[in-house]
Amino acid sequence: MSTDNTTTKRLLDLNLTRNLLISLAVLVLGVLLLESTDRYTNTQLSSLTYYAIAAIGLTALTGLNGQISLGHGALMAVGAYTTALMLDTETPLPFPVVALAAVVVTSVVGFVVGIGAARLHGPYLAGATLALAVALPSVALYFKGTFNGEVGLTVASPRPPEWFVSFIDAVSGEFATSSKYVAYLGLFCLIVALFFALNLRRSKIGRHWRAVRDQEVAAEIAGINLGRTRVQAFVISAAYAGLAGAVMAVVVRLAAPSAFTIVLSLSLLTAAVIGGLGSITGAFIGAAVLVFLPPWVTSLSTGSGLSDTQAAQMSPLIYGIVLVLVMLLAPGGVMGTVTTAWRRARLRRLHPATPTQKG
Amino acid sequence: MAHQTRPTRRSRRLVLGAALAASALVVAACGGGGDDGDSNDPGLTEDSIKIGGHFPLTGVAAPGYSEIPLGHKAYYDFVNANGGVGGRDIEFIAKDDGYNPAKTSEVVNELVLKDEVFAIVAGLGTPTHQAVTNFLNAEGVPDLTVSSGSLLWDDPEELPMTFGWQPDYESEGKVIGQYIAENMPDAKVGVFGQDDELGEDGTRGLKQFVEDQIVAEVKYVPGNTDVGPQIAELQKSGADVVVGFNVPSYTALSQLVSMKLNYKPTWFYTNVGSDSGLVGSLLEEFSQGAIKGTSPLAGVYTTTYMPQASEPDNEWTKLWQKVWDEYGDGSPLTNYKVYGMSQAFTLVDAMNRAGDDLSRESIVETFEKDGSELSGPNYVPFRYSEDRHAGIGGLKLVEIQADGTTADKTPVLQTDVGDAPIEEFTGDVGTPPESGIPGGE
Amino acid sequence: MNGDIQKLVNILLNGLTQGIVIAAFALALVLIFRSTRIINFAQGSQAMFTTYIALTLLNRDFPYWAAFAAALAAGFLIGALLERVVIRPLEGGMELNIVIATLGLYVAIQALAAILFGSDYQSFPSPVGVNGFQVGDTNLALTPTSIFILCTVGVVVVGLTLLFQKTQLGLTMRAAAFDGEVSRILGVKVSHLLTFGWALAGLVGAVAGILVASGQFIYPSYMETLIVFGFIAAVIGGLDSPVGAVVGGVLLGLVNSLVSGYVASGLVTLAAFVLLMVVLLLKPGGLFSSAKTRRV
Repeated sequence: MSTDNTTTKRLLDLNLTRNLLISLAVLVLGVLLLESTDRYTNTQLSSLTYYAIAAIGLTALTGLNGQISLGHGALMAVGAYTTALMLDTETPLPFPVVALAAVVVTSVVGFVVGIGAARLHGPYLAGATLALAVALPSVALYFKGTFNGEVGLTVASPRPPEWFVSFIDAVSGEFATSSKYVAYLGLFCLIVALFFALNLRRSKIGRHWRAVRDQEVAAEIAGINLGRTRVQAFVISAAYAGLAGAVMAVVVRLAAPSAFTIVLSLSLLTAAVIGGLGSITGAFIGAAVLVFLPPWVTSLSTGSGLSDTQAAQMSPLIYGIVLVLVMLLAPGGVMGTVTTAWRRARLRRLHPATPTQKG
Repeated sequence: MAHQTRPTRRSRRLVLGAALAASALVVAACGGGGDDGDSNDPGLTEDSIKIGGHFPLTGVAAPGYSEIPLGHKAYYDFVNANGGVGGRDIEFIAKDDGYNPAKTSEVVNELVLKDEVFAIVAGLGTPTHQAVTNFLNAEGVPDLTVSSGSLLWDDPEELPMTFGWQPDYESEGKVIGQYIAENMPDAKVGVFGQDDELGEDGTRGLKQFVEDQIVAEVKYVPGNTDVGPQIAELQKSGADVVVGFNVPSYTALSQLVSMKLNYKPTWFYTNVGSDSGLVGSLLEEFSQGAIKGTSPLAGVYTTTYMPQASEPDNEWTKLWQKVWDEYGDGSPLTNYKVYGMSQAFTLVDAMNRAGDDLSRESIVETFEKDGSELSGPNYVPFRYSEDRHAGIGGLKLVEIQADGTTADKTPVLQTDVGDAPIEEFTGDVGTPPESGIPGGE
Repeated sequence: MNGDIQKLVNILLNGLTQGIVIAAFALALVLIFRSTRIINFAQGSQAMFTTYIALTLLNRDFPYWAAFAAALAAGFLIGALLERVVIRPLEGGMELNIVIATLGLYVAIQALAAILFGSDYQSFPSPVGVNGFQVGDTNLALTPTSIFILCTVGVVVVGLTLLFQKTQLGLTMRAAAFDGEVSRILGVKVSHLLTFGWALAGLVGAVAGILVASGQFIYPSYMETLIVFGFIAAVIGGLDSPVGAVVGGVLLGLVNSLVSGYVASGLVTLAAFVLLMVVLLLKPGGLFSSAKTRRV
C-alpha cells in the first residue's frame, strides 16, 4: 500500500506541475495577445476574460456534474454588485481582496440556491434557475437605496500601480492606461480560474462529479453523497460566476440590473455548449464566439450595405442560426467534435487495416 | 504509469493548440491598429466627419426609440446632398446596445476605439449612457445631445464633454404642477410614475406645486406590463387628476386598464410618453363608442417643447416631412423621427459655427459659448453655457383635441430645476432657414 | 361596494385573467415536454410570429376569425416543420443539445420577425370590447375580452382533454410518450406522433400568443415575459401534466397580481421565484407530476 501512496503523491505533483505550466503558458499567451493588439481588441479581450471565467464554471457544473443552470447571469450580478459596493469608498481595498470577497459572497448565495436545487433534476432545475435569473435583478431594482436602482452602481477606473506601468513599458513601450490594467486584472483572474479548473477536473472531486452525473445509483451505492456533491458543484460554479462578475464590474465600470437579464444566463449556457460541455478549452472557445461573432456579423452586414438597424438585427439572427447548426452538425460542441475526431484518428493509427504491424 | 500520461500529453497539446488557434482568430479579427498619424482629430478628414451613437435597435426598448437614429440618418443625408458641413460629408453610425449598459460599453468602445468617431451623439437611455460618460470624458470624446431627460448630463465639472438635449423631467413636472395648482386647485391628484428617475425627478418637480393635493402615488417597473393593481389603487384613492411620468407603452397600458376599470380621471402625461400620434393611433382600435376619427386621447394633457409630427402646417414639421420623404424609408413621420432630426439639426448648426476650425475642442466650446443661440425647432433656448450643460429650457402645456391636434393651455414657459421660477417665454421661436440647413450664423 | 373589497376583487379578477393566459402558454410547453421531454424555448417566438401573421391579415381587412384561424394553422405548420427539420435529427442525443437548439431558434425567429415586421409597436385588436363591466357603482376588472380569453382557453383545455382521453390518436400519443420503444415495436409510427405533438403545441402556443396580444400592443419581444412565467407555471404544475399547467398558470397569475397590488410591482418576479421554490421543495416534480422520485 505504501507504494500506492508514493505513486499517487508523485502523480499529484506531476499533475500540479503540469497544470501550473499550462496556466503559465496561457498567461504568457494572454500577455502577448494584449500587447500585440490595438486598444479596441484589448477591450474585447477584457470582455472575453469574464465570459470565459463564467463559462468555465458553468461548463464544469453542466458538463461534469450534469446540472443545468439558467441562472448564472444572476450569480454574476451578485459578484458584480458586491465588487461595486466594496469599491465605492474613498480608499477601496485592493482588487484581489475585493474579488475574493465577491467570490465568497456569491458562493454563499450559490450554497443557498444549491441546497434547494440539489433535489431538482433536469428541466425542473432549469426552471428554478430561470426564475432566479429574472428575480435577482429585480431585487437590485427594489432596494434602490443600496443598489441605486436602474442606473446602477458605477465603478471608478482603478489607477494602474507603478510596477504595472513599468512592466508594460518594459514589455511593449506603451503607456499603461487604466483599461489596460483592467484587462490584465481580468487575465490574471482568468489564469487563477483556469488553474483551479484544471486541478478540479482530474481530482477526486471531479471524478465524483462525473460519477454522480453518469450513474447516480451506482455512485450512491459506492458511498458518494449525491446531495453533497451536487451542492458542492453548484457552489464552485457559483464561485466562478462571482469572480466573473467582479471582473465584469471593473471592465464595464458599472453594475446595473439591465446588464444581467436572462439573455446573459442563456448566453453563458450557449457558450459552454458550443465550446463543448465539460471542456475548459471549450469554455474559452464559446466565450470567444460570444464576444467576437456578433460585432463581426454587424460590421459584415453594414459593409454589405444593410442599414444600421438591419445590421443590428442580423447579429442575433446569425447567432441563433449558428447555435442551431452547431447542435445539428457538432453536438459535442467544438471540443467534443475535435476529441471524437482525434480518438478516431488514434484508433485508426493503432489498428490499421493492413496486417503488416505487429499484432 | 503509461495509462495516465497519455491523456495528459494529449490534453496539454489540445489546450495549447486551441489557445493558439483562438489567438490566431483574434489577431485576424482585430482591425487595423489605431493609425492616427493625422494631425486632425479622429473621425475628421478632409471630406468627412464621422459621428456615432448607441441606441436600442433590438429588444424590448426598440419600439419607438429605434426610430431616433433614423431621423438623424435622414437629416444627415439631406445635408450631405446639399454640400455637407464645410464641404465635409457627415457619416453617422448607429450601434445597437439592446438597452443593456454592458453592451453600451462594448459598442461605445467600438465606436471610439475602432471606428474612431469624432463625437458621440444622441446616446440613448439613462442607465445605458451612464455606463460610458466617464470613459468618453476621460478619452476627450465630445458626448453631445444625450437622448434622455435625466439631470446626470448637466455636470460640466465632472463631465465637461457631456451635454444633455431635451428638457429635464423635473422642469416638466414643475410646469405641470403649476398648471394644476392654478387651474384645478381642488382636484385630488394621483401620480403614475416609472420607478426610476423619470418618475422621481418628475414627481419632485410636481410636488413643488401640488404636494398637498396628492392623494396617491403609484409606481410601475418597465417590463412588468400588468398595471392593473396600480390603476385600481388610483381609482380607489379617488384621484380625479392623474399625472403620468412614463414611457409610451405605459401610456397606452394605463389608458387601456382605465377603460377596463371605467376609471376616467383627467390625465397628464409627460412628453416622453405622450407621442399622441403613436399612442393615439394605437388606441383608436380600442375606444368604444367614439366617433370615428376621434383621438382616444382627447382631453389628455401633455407638454411639448417643439412642433410635433401632428402639426403638418408648422414650418418645421414641413421641413421634417420634406427631408423624410426624400431620405427616409417610406414609413410615416413620427415624433421619434422628428426628435432625431431636431437633434441632428442643432448638431449641424454647431458644426457649421465651428467652421474650418472644427475639432473636438472647438465643438464643445461652440456648445458652451453659443449655447442658447444654437438653432433648432425648440420653443425655448438651450441652457448650455460654461456652467450648465442642460438642454432645452422650457416647454408648454397642451391638451390633445378630438382631431388629434393640440391646443395650447399655457404659453411657452421657461424654467429650470430647483427653485428657478417659471416664466413666460416671449422670445421668437423662428422658422427654419429656406435651405433647411442651419447656416451657422 | 367597499373600496377595499373592490380592490381585492379586481386584483383577483386581474390575476385570473393574466393567469389563464400564462396557463395557455404553459399548456403548449407541457404538450411538447410530455411527448419529447424537451423544453421548447422557441415556443414564445413561434407564438409571436403567428400573431404577426394574423396581424398582417387583419391589416388587409380580413375578418378576425379568418386571421385567428390562419394563425392557428401557421402555428401547427411551423411546429411540425421545426420538429422535422431541427429537432428530429437531434433526437436520441443529449437533451441539453436540443434545448440549446430551441434557444437558437428562439433568438433567430425573434430577429426574423423584427426584420420582416419591424420593431415598432403595433396594435392588435380584440374581437370584443375592452371596457370593464359595471355592477351598479362598482367597476369590475373584467372586460368582454377577459371573458373571451377565459372561454378560449377553456375550449382549448377541454379539446385537449378529449383528445388525450377519448381519441385513439390521443391514447397512442400518451403511450408513445410513456414508452417509445414498446410503441415502436407495436408498429406505432412514433416519429409521426412526435411531429404531431410539436404541431399541436405550436397551435396551442399560437392561441396563447393571440390572447396575450388581444387589445394590446405587439412588438417582436412582447412574448418574453410570458415565456418565463409560462415555464415557471409549467414547472409548478408538473411538466408532464396539462392540468398542472392550467393550475400552475392561474396560481402564478393570482400570486403575481396579489404581490403587485399589495406589496410592490417590482417584487413580482421574486414572488414567482419563491412560489416556485416552495412548490418544488415540497414536490420536486411539481404539483401534479406523476413521476415517482427514485430513492436509493
